[in-house]
Amino acid sequence: MTAEVLAPQDTHVRRPKSNSGSRRRPVREIVKAMRMIPLLPAILIMITFLAGPIIWSIYGSFTNASLTGVNASNPQWIGFENYLKLVNDPVFPLSIWLTAIFTFGSAVISQNALGLGLALLMQKADKKVTASVGTIIVAAWILPEIVAAFVCYAYFSLDGTLNQILANFGMTGPNWLYSFPMFAIILANLWRGTAFSMMVYQAALNDVPPEITEAAMIDGAGGSKRLLLVTIPMIKNTIVTNTMLISLLTLSVFTLIYVMTAGGPGNDSTTLPILAYKEAFRFSNIGYGTAIATVMLIIGAIFSVVYIRALRPQKD
Amino acid sequence: MKKRASIALSAFAIGGLVALTGCTAGSAPSEGQDKVLKVAYIKTDAFTALDTLFTTTKADFEAANEGVTVELQPIAATDDDYKIKLALSQRSAETAPDIFYEDTTALRADADAGYLLNLDEYVSKWEDWDQFTDAAKEAGKGDDNSIYAVSLGTDTRAVWYSKPVFEAAGIALPWEPKSWDDIMEAARQIKASSPDVVPFNFYAGTGTGEGSNMQGFYQLLYGTELGGDSLYDSETSKWVTGSQGFIDSLAFVDELYTEELALTPAQALDPNIWKSIFGEMFPNATLGATIEGSYTPSFWQTGGSYEWPGYVDDMGATVFPTQNGQNPGGVSMSGGWTLAVGAKTADPQLAFDFMAMALSKDNALAYDNENSQIAVRKDVAADESYIAANPFVRTVTDIVEVTNFRPATADYNQISAEVQKANEAVITDKASPEEAAAAYDKAIEAIVGPEGVIQK
Repeated sequence: MTAEVLAPQDTHVRRPKSNSGSRRRPVREIVKAMRMIPLLPAILIMITFLAGPIIWSIYGSFTNASLTGVNASNPQWIGFENYLKLVNDPVFPLSIWLTAIFTFGSAVISQNALGLGLALLMQKADKKVTASVGTIIVAAWILPEIVAAFVCYAYFSLDGTLNQILANFGMTGPNWLYSFPMFAIILANLWRGTAFSMMVYQAALNDVPPEITEAAMIDGAGGSKRLLLVTIPMIKNTIVTNTMLISLLTLSVFTLIYVMTAGGPGNDSTTLPILAYKEAFRFSNIGYGTAIATVMLIIGAIFSVVYIRALRPQKD
Repeated sequence: MKKRASIALSAFAIGGLVALTGCTAGSAPSEGQDKVLKVAYIKTDAFTALDTLFTTTKADFEAANEGVTVELQPIAATDDDYKIKLALSQRSAETAPDIFYEDTTALRADADAGYLLNLDEYVSKWEDWDQFTDAAKEAGKGDDNSIYAVSLGTDTRAVWYSKPVFEAAGIALPWEPKSWDDIMEAARQIKASSPDVVPFNFYAGTGTGEGSNMQGFYQLLYGTELGGDSLYDSETSKWVTGSQGFIDSLAFVDELYTEELALTPAQALDPNIWKSIFGEMFPNATLGATIEGSYTPSFWQTGGSYEWPGYVDDMGATVFPTQNGQNPGGVSMSGGWTLAVGAKTADPQLAFDFMAMALSKDNALAYDNENSQIAVRKDVAADESYIAANPFVRTVTDIVEVTNFRPATADYNQISAEVQKANEAVITDKASPEEAAAAYDKAIEAIVGPEGVIQK
């Protein structure tokens, strides 16, 4: 009904415009271009600080640039040599595997599940409990990364808090950072990162209209059914976005791991960022280090594309 | 439209402002009329001797040269992190220091990179230059035989042992081990008499980094049959692979750790373990012995990080023996740091003058004494206060006779890391000495190429 009424009016309005269009179009184009001007500083900043390093990293990975020695002043173009070396480096597959375990273990699964679980519990809990638990969890998140890393080091080290607690129960704990380095850093990152997921999910759950869950309840759906069939589908977009954000953040975690284990013992917790740092700075091979960084960049880009694709149908 | 235009204008204005402030901030230093000399060096809670030296020199130099400001830039970092920071700052003339503290192992690579000023013409006119020993002059040379740095002092490695622990085990003092077997023997005796004491600390693995080689494995390797050419063959300039000495050395480390005569592997891989050794274990007599640098007394002296007056009576020092007691009877490693002038400095003569003042007899003497360094200036070595600085000066200075220097090639850091990995694999039982040595050989060949290694 409304469309029919509007249609003639629409054509009526359009006609005079299209008549004089040939003269006015350049003006409109200019106006359109003018609208872009306020964006210019932002675009320039993005090009300088975002695209610049990326391009430099890709360029550097094709050279033998180093921190010192002859190649520091005169880096040579060596083509794909760094990448060939990387493929044959026994540490590289290990490092990819450890990065995958770290990202999936501490972010995709744990932070997501724990964050959502906490958000759900907090909906039901008493206000005072919500406030105090929320504060404690968020405290871990707002700590500067270096401080959080030292806290975790102090907790997991041989004479650390964890082993002292175990000692009270007559147990002798191992040196967690040495015997179970991946377990320690995954737990540390889980502790640090859960607050973010929790806050995202709290916001999402607040947007789920109570009448829908109530309707489901009246239809006889139990707690778990309501969660699986009503709540989760309704916050699906948030889950995808949150997973994308935390996995990208976790992929590039450096300080936490470097302070706790420095990638050791041996290479047992050397994730890609640690490997890139070791090669570029400890061994002065800037070119090789940037090749590893470029691989990380590609992995990150693949992740983003997958998540953005997953989001697309929901938007239409 | 008006509104839009004004937004655009203000955006331009803001952008312009940012650009302008950027420019003024960048050009400010060159506007100053005074000359500024930037000095970069390490200063940590355990190492303040250099800060003392530069603070003194800064005051003297500024008084003698009007209009010159010396800007001290102490960097609180480990040796490795300091080298990274220094190398990064040297990539641009804006950030490169004029004078800096430079490790002898990084010197040749940094000279190749063009970071260091060639000092040939400056030292030739310097009257103090003759006071430096030939070894010290050699330490400052680049690949092209030019002088790029001047030595501040050197060091040697000795075995430091706790007399109360050795007495309790019934070992005759002074202890003078003649072979690896003597070391093992003493360690077993200590374990038998005091099971709670760690008999012999042997640094190994990647945790303690380069230090684990200098204060550990190289003492073994350089005392095997190939001697000074055990790691790097100086005649062919190639890295040695497949040597029996390498396997024997790893086997010694393996034995120490397997028989629990050393620290646990987890303790040994803790980068901070040396602090416990100096601060707790030796003063409390819970450690028998360790290999450590000639600078050891500096930790215990008045003003040191772990003041302990009792070290004079409780500690002993001796040279580490060769494998079977073969010539030259002992083995040691030397490193040492230098001062260098940045190639990008605006006023090379002024920078060199500051460096020369920092290295004068009085300054060098004060620095060597405070930091327990082995003197590289003949007039300092002859000074009474140098010899009297601590009871061990004579012992560690004599060790210079049997000392070795690391091959400071550009690949050295990577090779050093492979040696650490081989040690770590052995102490953590991930590989036998033979397997670890084979893995090392393979890794070395991957780093320097098949033409860079020599099978022995």
